Amino acid sequence: MDKYLRIENVGMSFDTKKGPFVALTGIDLTVKKGEFVSLIGHSGCGKSTLLNLVAGLLAPTAGAMILAGREIAGPGPDRGVVFQNHSLLPWLTCFGNVYLAVERVFGAAEPKAKLKARTQAALDLVGLAHAMDKQPQEISGGMKQRVGIARALAIEPKVLLLDEPFGALDALTRATLQDELIRIVGSTGTTVLMVTHDVDEAVLLSDRVVMMTNGPAATIGDILEVDLPRPRERLALAANARYIHLRGRVLQFLYHRQAKKAA
Amino acid sequence: MSSIALRKKDAFAVVAPPAPASSPHPSAAALTESAARVAARNKTRSAPTGYRRFQAPDWLLKAIASALGFALFVCVWAVIARFGGRIPGPGAVWDAAVVIFSDPFYQKGPNDQGIGWNVLSSLKRVGIGFGLAALVGIPLGFVIGRFRFLSDMAAPIIAVLKPVSPLAWLPIGLLLFKAASPAAIYAIFICSLWPMIINTAVGVQQVPQDYLNVARVLNLSEWKVFTKILFPAVLPYMITGVRLSIGIAWLVIVAAEMLTGGVGIGFWVWDEWNNLKVEHIIIAIFTIGIVGLLLEQALMLIARRFNYS
Repeated sequence: MDKYLRIENVGMSFDTKKGPFVALTGIDLTVKKGEFVSLIGHSGCGKSTLLNLVAGLLAPTAGAMILAGREIAGPGPDRGVVFQNHSLLPWLTCFGNVYLAVERVFGAAEPKAKLKARTQAALDLVGLAHAMDKQPQEISGGMKQRVGIARALAIEPKVLLLDEPFGALDALTRATLQDELIRIVGSTGTTVLMVTHDVDEAVLLSDRVVMMTNGPAATIGDILEVDLPRPRERLALAANARYIHLRGRVLQFLYHRQAKKAA
Repeated sequence: MSSIALRKKDAFAVVAPPAPASSPHPSAAALTESAARVAARNKTRSAPTGYRRFQAPDWLLKAIASALGFALFVCVWAVIARFGGRIPGPGAVWDAAVVIFSDPFYQKGPNDQGIGWNVLSSLKRVGIGFGLAALVGIPLGFVIGRFRFLSDMAAPIIAVLKPVSPLAWLPIGLLLFKAASPAAIYAIFICSLWPMIINTAVGVQQVPQDYLNVARVLNLSEWKVFTKILFPAVLPYMITGVRLSIGIAWLVIVAAEMLTGGVGIGFWVWDEWNNLKVEHIIIAIFTIGIVGLLLEQALMLIARRFNYS
């Protein structure tokens, strides 16, 4: 499946008091099955808006999006979303949060025991089997985000959408979770679309990095193929000439071609 | 006067500190207290050295402060009673209270019952009136909070009716039910209704968008959205509504019963006024206050259970 996710000439404008605000225009992107694609750009470039469009939380004002042969017409559990601020329900345990999603997707077809097994497997995958019965407010920020990833993956989505998933975490926790994500995506073969503003994160994790121009009317400025072999090793890559070159190209794009005027 | 103050203290069994034997000097007391606090702070900062002065724990200081406040209140009361005409002093009220509370559940006909029965029948009216208000107000609050159009529809009605004293509804209640007790319940219902509706509706409107996004990306059914997201998210607001409602209801029931008669703490106040038993009125005031305090505390306890932050 070469054209698993198609984003065709998508534009998005919002009605504001001062008239329409064009956030995105002419976005054209194809994501292959099993591919890991990052969206990177300065804040306000509409990369989160694009993710929300794919998630179905927003409806585009122009163009169309097709996922696995079906047009995206609204939110649905064929896409797993990991929100920046984890968005776990505080009155449910970690298990309960994941189970809610599992029950929604598989509840009609499978017995309870199977649903529980799926939930446990998802929490196992992110290394949180031991914290299953904890409330979200009892665990650390990194663990919360792991539960968010488990919730999104447990429903076996066609595409995993990550909205700056590690943006709110400290640098060390972020690195650990990035490594975890490399491992998880490597083992599940999930198709991923991730929004980030972290150059290292984008290059380290992605097969392609989509670099977006500054808004308003943001669009895709350039696409970088990251042809580093997998599995990737953070420490080994740090001295890898190819990695340094690719990283330099993203930086070049962000700070030279799309230099953000001093705010 | 000092003897009265001491008797009072034994009477209400406040955690009694060595109270100033003569009339208390509140400023001096406050000074020693703040000195003690400073000392406590210093102690946590410096290493414990053994020969420091005795440190009172926080709860003890708090208890001492409360007791001092109460003692001061009783002294002021005693002074007023002494020079203020026919107001009975703390001692006289205590003596009357001992008699009344030694047999709170006597029954000598419909208009002469123990204070226990009076309090219970008032609580029963509050319970029924409030319960009905919750049955109507919570669902109404949910739909008003969920649907903008309904909210706009309800807003002017609520805005106009909310500031009306529930007692103004009492004649309508009498007209509708042709009996005193249902009319009082009806007044409680009306006054409890608004806080329930408003707090529930605000709670629904305040549900974080993040949680609703979770529901949207999963395409949860309306029922699941309600049971797993809306209801738990709104619960703390609802409990606030319950607390406000019960508080108002407890205020209103006394007034309503004064007007409608029968059995009840409000009626009892009025009856004792007619009998010119002012001690009993003061006992009723304390009883109403303590029952209200207990209600509030119980609901605070429940509220704490459902606080997720």
